[in-house]
Amino acid sequence: MGKIFKFHQDVDTDQIIASQYIIYPTIDEMKVHAFESLDAAFASQVQEGDYVVASENFGCGSSREQAPAVLKALGVKAVVAKSFARIFYRNAINIGLPVIVCKDLYENVNAGDEMELSMKEGVVRTGGREFQCTKLPEYMQGILDQGGLIAALNK
Amino acid sequence: MGMTMAEKIIAAAAGASEVKAGDIHTVELDRLMSNDGTTHLTIDMYNQLKEPRIADVNKLVWIVDHNVPCDSVKTAASHKKMRDFAKEHGIRFYEGAGVCHQVMMENHVTSGELIFGADSHTCAYGAVGAFGTGVGCTDYLYAMVTGKSWLLVPETLRFNLKGKLKEGVYARDLILSIIGMIGANGANYMAMEFGGEGLKTLNMSDRIAVCNLCVEAGAKTALMEVDEITLDYLKAHGREPKHCFASDDDAVFAHTYEIDLSTIKPIVAKPHFVDSVVDAKECVGTHIDEAFLGSCNNGRIEDLRVGAELIKGKKVHSLVRFLVVPASAEVYRQALSEGIIDTFMEAGAIVMNPNCSVCWGSCQGVIGENEVLISTGTRNFKGRAGHKDSFVYLASAATVTASAIKGEIATADMI
Repeated sequence: MGKIFKFHQDVDTDQIIASQYIIYPTIDEMKVHAFESLDAAFASQVQEGDYVVASENFGCGSSREQAPAVLKALGVKAVVAKSFARIFYRNAINIGLPVIVCKDLYENVNAGDEMELSMKEGVVRTGGREFQCTKLPEYMQGILDQGGLIAALNK
Repeated sequence: MGMTMAEKIIAAAAGASEVKAGDIHTVELDRLMSNDGTTHLTIDMYNQLKEPRIADVNKLVWIVDHNVPCDSVKTAASHKKMRDFAKEHGIRFYEGAGVCHQVMMENHVTSGELIFGADSHTCAYGAVGAFGTGVGCTDYLYAMVTGKSWLLVPETLRFNLKGKLKEGVYARDLILSIIGMIGANGANYMAMEFGGEGLKTLNMSDRIAVCNLCVEAGAKTALMEVDEITLDYLKAHGREPKHCFASDDDAVFAHTYEIDLSTIKPIVAKPHFVDSVVDAKECVGTHIDEAFLGSCNNGRIEDLRVGAELIKGKKVHSLVRFLVVPASAEVYRQALSEGIIDTFMEAGAIVMNPNCSVCWGSCQGVIGENEVLISTGTRNFKGRAGHKDSFVYLASAATVTASAIKGEIATADMI
């Protein structure tokens, strides 16, 4: 089980990691600034295995791959949203950060709740309830299973 | 069954006779653009590959535009890494030539190409009927190494344009109106295709402005029908089209919108979302601290002419910084030859070298806590132009210049 960090709709990639940090040499140097404008405590409180739950259009805006990369580097296990902006969605899969669409979860959980996601089943379990997600197309799940696009390239 | 422009370009790139929305195809890329926002990370990943290689170095274009000239020691390190790698591998490299998309349009892009750019506004290339789409650096690296990538064929939203924009209304107002109408994710995963008689009234600068901003509605790409204006533009820049695709009459669109250009009004997008659009008149009188005329969206010679005409013989308001940033060196030199730069400087504007500037909030011109910017840039997200508690309004070159003169949001008819 992991703890839920909850975000609203239309969270853009500038909020996930602001422009002034993305030119830093490494993801490790950037990650402490994740979600700085929305929740300054996020980077220090999030732990390995925790989840980000969001409403519609998560990750809209810039193509900066640093956005999913800092979340992965901080130990976020997956992002579950009502919908994703396409570049963030694609980038997350390419770097091996699980992302999945779940229409009903957002309204039924609070920040700090515990949840578990099974990507294979496409199911979130929390508070004794189950929420069905939209499973990834096989092709994209295949990229995730290999640990991302570069891991696949290295095989 | 008929195909859309997006489907035809992907079919050609996939070597398939037919593709349809929802299919996933392996495609051959024509061109790969990357800038200093992410290239340093691409290089790090490249160096960790088991078998590092570049499929076709002639497809690669690298452009330093986000922080140029560089503004810190950290940035200098990232730039040096990019510069050295480009030199070592013989990659086409620009630094100081302008904002990446403008440089690409002036020098490289042609009709019918499929292009990955490690920047979300790569959809600008649709202005000449090229399928440009923004990707992250892992996608970019994979394509750089293999020459290929995978693409989910998008559905298409079709926009039939008719009529003509009224005097004092610009392409910028048109695309902000469309984004307001369909919303920030109204075209998510989709292509936005533009055609109709009204398209012929839009010049290439207008077309770039419209296509460039389509990602703010979530679009994967934007595409405009190729016509005489496109072919003239390509010819003037010494290029031939690769393919001149148009959607078939029986192509399937997810939705078709009819847009009468004569109904569009001057628009302002309020903080902190590009789809928070209102009639510019509703914002008149709003306090501003800075005004920005520039960016890949609105920093071309046509935009500078609009601003210069308004401000000629007048002064920038004493409490406002007015940044004027030509989108490329070519634009800058043209503006110099027309006396436009002199007009802006005479009025008290700060004219800067071509770069992304305050449009991306990590460059010269950033705004401080609680400050307000009116901008021809691409985004007005929270903190986009500097401090996390600052405010960005988006508008046309005319509205931005009028505001710089008045010291508060104003429309051109008030000058």
